[in-house]
Amino acid sequence: MSYIIDDPVNQRFLLHRAVHVSPAVLAEEMDKVFAKCWIYVGHGSELAKPGDFVTRKVAGRPVIFARDAEGAIGCFFNTCRHRGAVVATKREGNARRFFCVYHGWSYGLDGSLARIPGEDAYTGSFDRNEYGLKRPPRFEQYRDFWFMCLDPDAPALQAYLGRATEYIDLVVDQSPSGTMQVISGTQEYAVAANWKLMVENSVDDYHLPTTHSTWLNFMANSGVTIERPPREAGQVLPTKGYAISLGNGHFTTDNVNFRGRPVAHWIPLYGEAARDEIDAIRQELVERLGPERAERVANTNRNLVIFPNLVINDGSSVTIRTFFPDGPERMEVTAWALGPVEEDESARARRLDAFLTFYGPGGFATPDDVEALELVQQGMANWRSDEWSEMSRGMGKPESEQLNSDEHHLRTFWRHWNRMMQENA
Amino acid sequence: MQQSAAGRLTRAEAEDFLYFEAALLDEWRLKEWLELLTPDATYLIPPNDKPDGDPRNTLFIIADDAERIRQRVIRVLDPNCHAEAPRSRLRRSISNVRVLGQEGDLATVAANFICHRYRRHERIREYVGGLTYQLRITAGGLKIRQRRIVIDAHELGSLGSVSFIL
Repeated sequence: MSYIIDDPVNQRFLLHRAVHVSPAVLAEEMDKVFAKCWIYVGHGSELAKPGDFVTRKVAGRPVIFARDAEGAIGCFFNTCRHRGAVVATKREGNARRFFCVYHGWSYGLDGSLARIPGEDAYTGSFDRNEYGLKRPPRFEQYRDFWFMCLDPDAPALQAYLGRATEYIDLVVDQSPSGTMQVISGTQEYAVAANWKLMVENSVDDYHLPTTHSTWLNFMANSGVTIERPPREAGQVLPTKGYAISLGNGHFTTDNVNFRGRPVAHWIPLYGEAARDEIDAIRQELVERLGPERAERVANTNRNLVIFPNLVINDGSSVTIRTFFPDGPERMEVTAWALGPVEEDESARARRLDAFLTFYGPGGFATPDDVEALELVQQGMANWRSDEWSEMSRGMGKPESEQLNSDEHHLRTFWRHWNRMMQENA
Repeated sequence: MQQSAAGRLTRAEAEDFLYFEAALLDEWRLKEWLELLTPDATYLIPPNDKPDGDPRNTLFIIADDAERIRQRVIRVLDPNCHAEAPRSRLRRSISNVRVLGQEGDLATVAANFICHRYRRHERIREYVGGLTYQLRITAGGLKIRQRRIVIDAHELGSLGSVSFIL
């Protein structure tokens, strides 16, 4: 069945609310979406040295993300080939072997089988070379963002990302050497809501004035001038921003900044002492990238969604956020801060402070997003009596005029998701 | 606040202070709570995976200076702070209070805490961990110079947001 009503003639777009509550829909999307798409695993900077590894769940699967002795980055299912126990139990570390505590099978950093206690008891057709840790069928990176794909026939990552690479490049251009790093410290929290509500929320600028009025007050209290929205059709934010479909279900907002950016737009919140430092960061951007691109990097925000579940918010600071369903009505969110490797101590501290003004479970905005999504999920209990969510905002305008506060980008997501759900697994 | 004769902070004094602070926070008497802070106070909750981290180079859950604490109180008391409207019912227990040391008028105090948080239609949340305070001994009583709160859970997970003053 189709979960959307997409009616361009009457400019109506409706979404069936079963998508947020149905266990059957979740089971189907695990096969048709999560097992078909490229899914974010981690960033290469998390593995600074040979032997470094981190363990995490990706699409419900425990994996090891590791750098081997030669410096190559790999991804393995964290499951012993013998009887199935998890072989790497620490969150992160540096190791020479992954060792199963059950019967003592061990594996190298490249996933290969290293040792089986009492190996001579295995006879006949047993071939130890077949017993390395299993790998996802595909594992590729773009600018050190590493993704896995469970579909061996999927297109290459860069082709999958398509035009989204332009927006990743804009984020990475903050670094003089083009090298960004994940900053120490992970925010992990659950939200009692369907995972797809976080996709919508991450790019939906329509909600900002209402959901985040206390954040806007805080900005004003901190000396940041927040202009009233101009009297123009549909605009609810102080500056104009657009919603852009990037193909393959990816999309982004592209906004003229009004909220300050550690790279490189000073606001009073950062303190007078930061003015010169931010001027210097801006000057470096201009010299390296030219005035036009420097303006793009420094003075525009973007909230980018890589279909289905990677968000890169380049706003008050840069966050990488990913989230996975834990049942139809609950998701687990992981968020990191990202910054240029060259950043000095005070710029790094300012970036982290700017992050916390808005993002995260103790930020001045994210907790209210979480509340809004949980209220949506609570309301969804009426889905059989009130079946459709309304997403027609801005639909009468051409694509080039779709604002970040319209719902074009949300429709982009849902059309792509709906199409994948119509296909055979 | 009564001071002991030697000017050394006693455990009993520290306990009285922490219990009083807990009552103010549980009862949402946050403007009175602000009076307990020094002008240069900080409020820190490190990320679950880096409990010993430094907020200048580690992404914290909360890393407020004194002005940010005041702004946080304005925010959470605003009826448009949706995460706390209606407000959480909070009940915290403080135990295992120890005075770890004192230099001049600045004492370091550690304790365990359990904070239960209840909201209608939501799961019950139990924040469990350790707190470490720097308390300044002043003529006007004890003042909080730094409150650092470590949540023992390996991840926030079902604890969700820290949208109240923990």
